[in-house]
Amino acid sequence: MSSKSQDVQALVGAKYRHGFVTDIESDALPPGLDEGVVAAISRKKNEPQFLLDWRLKAFRHWRTMHEPSWAHVHYKPIDYQDISYYSAPRPPANAPKSLDEVDPKLLATYEKLGIPLHERARLAGVAVDAVFDSVSVATTFKEKLGKAGVIFCSFSDAVRDHPRLVERYLGTVVPAGDNFFAALNSAVFSDGSFVYVPPGVRCPMELSTYFRINAAKTGQFERTLIIAAEGASVSYLEGCTAPMRDENQLHAAVVELVALDNAQIKYSTVQNWYPGDENGVGGIFNFVTKRGECRGRNSKISWTQVETGSAITWKYPSCVLKGENSIGEFYSVAVANNYQQADTGSKMIHIGRNTKSTIISKGISAGHAANTYRGLVKILPSASGARNFTQCDSLLLGADCSAQTFPYMEVKNPTATVEHEASTSKIGEDQLFYCLQRGISAEDAVNMIVSGFCKVVFKELPMEFAVEAQNLLSVSLEGAVG
Amino acid sequence: MKNTSLLEISDLSARVAGKDILKGVNLTVNAGEVHAIMGPNGSGKSTLAQVLAGREDYEVTRGSVTFEGKDLFALPTEERARAGLFLGFQYPVEIPGVNNVYLLKAALNAKRKAAGEPEVDAYEFLTLIRHKMKFMHMSESFLTRGVNEGFSGGEKKRNEVLQMLVLEPKLAILDETDSGLDIDALKVVSKGVNSLRDPRRALVLVTHYQRLLDYVVPDFVHVLSGGRIVKSGDKSLAQELEQRGYDWVTESRVA
Repeated sequence: MSSKSQDVQALVGAKYRHGFVTDIESDALPPGLDEGVVAAISRKKNEPQFLLDWRLKAFRHWRTMHEPSWAHVHYKPIDYQDISYYSAPRPPANAPKSLDEVDPKLLATYEKLGIPLHERARLAGVAVDAVFDSVSVATTFKEKLGKAGVIFCSFSDAVRDHPRLVERYLGTVVPAGDNFFAALNSAVFSDGSFVYVPPGVRCPMELSTYFRINAAKTGQFERTLIIAAEGASVSYLEGCTAPMRDENQLHAAVVELVALDNAQIKYSTVQNWYPGDENGVGGIFNFVTKRGECRGRNSKISWTQVETGSAITWKYPSCVLKGENSIGEFYSVAVANNYQQADTGSKMIHIGRNTKSTIISKGISAGHAANTYRGLVKILPSASGARNFTQCDSLLLGADCSAQTFPYMEVKNPTATVEHEASTSKIGEDQLFYCLQRGISAEDAVNMIVSGFCKVVFKELPMEFAVEAQNLLSVSLEGAVG
Repeated sequence: MKNTSLLEISDLSARVAGKDILKGVNLTVNAGEVHAIMGPNGSGKSTLAQVLAGREDYEVTRGSVTFEGKDLFALPTEERARAGLFLGFQYPVEIPGVNNVYLLKAALNAKRKAAGEPEVDAYEFLTLIRHKMKFMHMSESFLTRGVNEGFSGGEKKRNEVLQMLVLEPKLAILDETDSGLDIDALKVVSKGVNSLRDPRRALVLVTHYQRLLDYVVPDFVHVLSGGRIVKSGDKSLAQELEQRGYDWVTESRVA
């Protein structure tokens, strides 16, 4: 207990730890968005024609779309002409070929974030792709992974080195015009990560990407594409941080996962974008589209997310269960403190026979925050024997926060089984009093009760990150009670 | 009277949600004594226990309480606990996902730390808890379950006594620890409580029935009614109450 509680004590008062700015020269496009900007991004990255065409098509479609307003979040209108759509640390022309060529300031930034790209990464046995503002600056372990046949690189490198794979899979899960933010991303995305695991290969290590927004007034639009071929399996983790600024910054990412026959993808997120200050000033708008398709039979896609950051989170990692016997899972802990707003959940679309899905969502609200679970379970007529289990629990800390649950269900096959359980509890005055009466401090008690509440989700995280997630939770809820 | 009593309650009045519940309670508890507080439903027994433990919803409107000569109300809830005041809850709360043993170890170490003693490590603690669990006829599965999660009423009460045995308080207030127990469980719980009787410690048993007092024999019995202690006596008072009911005392007071 003591060492743990000391950790918590150390973290308390740390506030947002990642709020520093790295003073580095960057090559950025001026704010504004038109076809010229889209073409300029494509040109900066020496992209093939198919990608430019795809971007322009997305952009034209985006212009006909309206920003969605159905989410239970409130913010001032975003001026899309006031955002810079590309920012890269210099030298921009050629991405560094090895870590030795990476600007030492950048490496120091990642050290500060606790993401060492050098030796310690090697010891940890986790391959890291680091994305700074708009571009990927380094991918570790490329060679070792290469021996196993695994491709893990920045999206730009994938476009250059594996254009046919990119062309074949890009936009097949989240089409360019899927929704307002996905369309915007498709038009202007600048980088991201790419993973291809060939047939029969179990990826020999955890893969991870760290995203960092540094430059002011830039949006970050990254795109991740992961393909697990027949019988392949991979575990992937993303983490996110940003400096503290008074203005809101837009982050609109797209993640696409494809699992072929007997393949498995485990995708974990620890999202800690700057949430704004305690009065709700500043913070990241995190409008993200994540979707996985179990294209093959017996395939499995599992999303695990711990969402503690961002001023606004709008995100519904989903699974399209096409293959027979395929499985989709969603485990989520979403924390909203102060004036944070989170509207998050999952969609499970059952198309194939005997497909199975599980949704476990734990929402924690504190301060004046609003936390919404929004989920859809859709069973199509073809999905005989499909099963879903959904459990949504909300925990409220204090009297000024709120939690809402919107579970939608569309069942079009009579043989399907759909179960839904929901609960909302106040962090029990009773629970708190019980712990205090046993001599445990309020801070430790809240941490204890909250981690107990989240236990089933943390269990799903890769071990290295479960601790980090737990710590994040403590920091996010600092001062929430008492 | 001894030089300093362990607990000294003087003219204590308290209210909850705007309603006056305690209306001038006086009680002295010395080390080595066992007191039983009895009384009809709604007489303020549980309120007294909660006020002493430091529950926030209760507002003390008058009077004072000293614990080992010090002002009890000057201490926050957790410090009262660390100083050796233990409340056995009438309805122990469930804390899902929090390991039963983890909570107990945290509690013990918080107390030891406050006393300037070294904290126990996991191994020491496990040895200690296994020993106490055996004494309380509890199965090993209690080690891994969540705090009171899915426990039966009897298991919850047994767990309260287990916690008390581990924390070894100076003053234990047991709020209806006997309710909902079958006779075998009552015997085990009583054995646990009796094992803690000690010249340096005191017990306050809040109970409805005489039943528990057959096993844990009190030195003093008090009847709380309408927010005041209306009658005090020795163990024979409990027997008399059992035979004649509470009306006898409450009426005799009015008369």
